[in-house]
Amino acid sequence: MFAIYKREMRSYFISPIGYIYLAIFLAVSGLIFSLTTLMMGISSDITNYFTYMLISFFIVLPLLTMKLFADEKKQRTETLLISAPVSTTSMVCAKFFAAFSVFMIGFAASLINFIPFFAYASGNPDWQTILGSLLGLVLIAAAFIAIGVMVSSLTENQLVAALGTMVIIFVFVMISVFNSSIDSYFLRSILSWISVMDRYAMLIVGRFDVSAIVYFISLCFSFLFITVRVYEKRRWS
Amino acid sequence: MIEIKNLVKRYGNNCAVNDISFSINDGEIVGFLGPNGAGKTTTMSILTGCLSSTSGSVTINGVDIFDNPLEAKKQIGYLPEFPPLYLEMTVKEYLNFVYDLKSCTLDREKHIDEICERVKLLDVKNRIIRNLSKGYRQRVGIAQALIGNPKFIIFDEPTVGLDPKQIIEIRTLIKELGKDHTVILSTHILPEVQMVCDRIIIINRGKIVADEKTEDIEKAVIGSRQIQLKICGPAKDVQTAIKGISGIKYAEVIGERELQSTAFLVESEPGLDMRRAIFNLCASHAWPIIGMEAVGLNLEDIFISVVDEQEAEPKKKKQKVRR
Repeated sequence: MFAIYKREMRSYFISPIGYIYLAIFLAVSGLIFSLTTLMMGISSDITNYFTYMLISFFIVLPLLTMKLFADEKKQRTETLLISAPVSTTSMVCAKFFAAFSVFMIGFAASLINFIPFFAYASGNPDWQTILGSLLGLVLIAAAFIAIGVMVSSLTENQLVAALGTMVIIFVFVMISVFNSSIDSYFLRSILSWISVMDRYAMLIVGRFDVSAIVYFISLCFSFLFITVRVYEKRRWS
Repeated sequence: MIEIKNLVKRYGNNCAVNDISFSINDGEIVGFLGPNGAGKTTTMSILTGCLSSTSGSVTINGVDIFDNPLEAKKQIGYLPEFPPLYLEMTVKEYLNFVYDLKSCTLDREKHIDEICERVKLLDVKNRIIRNLSKGYRQRVGIAQALIGNPKFIIFDEPTVGLDPKQIIEIRTLIKELGKDHTVILSTHILPEVQMVCDRIIIINRGKIVADEKTEDIEKAVIGSRQIQLKICGPAKDVQTAIKGISGIKYAEVIGERELQSTAFLVESEPGLDMRRAIFNLCASHAWPIIGMEAVGLNLEDIFISVVDEQEAEPKKKKQKVRR
């Protein structure tokens, strides 16, 4: 499993994609940060930053995951992994963790944004809320990367993988927006249960909601599980 | 030892592999022969655990590939039809990756060097695979299969797309590997199996149609004898005259040739040399013989006849249904 992780990490940084991703991620996060806090008179209210970051995921994360399996299939290197004495689960996990690691590199670097914020912010930033939101962001990113991994395993075209991932993430993020226009209370409560945004909103306003954390983690696991099934299914078809 | 029992693989209604059984003993080089779409690659994919079977069992050295895939896969090196190469890596990096992937425990540097030397990759070890020629890429693919020193090596059409010199090199290499590995290779090129393999399994439409030692097949080939003749003379008379010689099984006209000659294909009973008799006959009628050539029945003919026989059967059935 470690071998696949290592190769995947290398391939991110041997090709331009890793750098492109990091550049876009840092540019977007920096832009959002300055627009939502610094240019708003350095308010200590940072809620908007987290909300927009979540929305930006829908564009940047597919860049990270699109190649994972799609490229493998296109180059026909998949057989090497499948015929090697490595289980499907560890193959999927290795790829997931590689993408997640690159995300974490960018994410950690984006934390630099907070330095001017803490230095100049008016009022007292709420530490717990910020930490809670950051944790939420990381978990949601993990879940979205898992979605990307799954979609990438379905196609050999990277563009299709990226667009497919975008659509699914878009649905998960935007459910709450459409939700308000639905009449049926029953349907609305189900959709708001699924909505990543609704759950995340709790974290942003400072309520550490354990069910949200559990939801994000299980979302991640479900999609990784589906990916493993995709591979098993292909073997058995 | 690899044992395959009653292996069946269906894709929907299409039966790619239809109830085949055979076993491969240690140290053999087995050629898996068949036309395109016969089920060779499917069988190999199942052998290597890349694909499941609909029913039947595959055991590698007593380990079932479906029950304990990780253990079974450790004993197999596999070169698929398209060598699975990461083009952006150097040969050395790639082989190191495969080494890690197979969680190999042999001395890393030494083992990889040995393999590179064996498949003659030492001089391109630090080059990026993308920049290598097809022949070298194929060798990297073979090197990849050899990592971890697996007992069984499976090659799927290892010489496809190579130039004649490379083909010969790869064949020699495979033959050499056969000395200390059990090798299974699939191909649709007959001389290849004839040259490399100890044993030939012919597969068509998902079924085994022949499974014999190469020598036995070659003996069967020599057993029947055909001669191609070019004779100047009235075609019909010559044909009837030749048919009259005792020991001639049949004589047929193949066509008109230059100098008003006619070409005939003549087959004699096994073990008889009819050339003198034919010469004497033609001399007595003053029909000049301008060409006489022994046509050895080769593997191609056997292959085609075996495959045709099998294909003829379902066709006959279909025709009956139509009537």
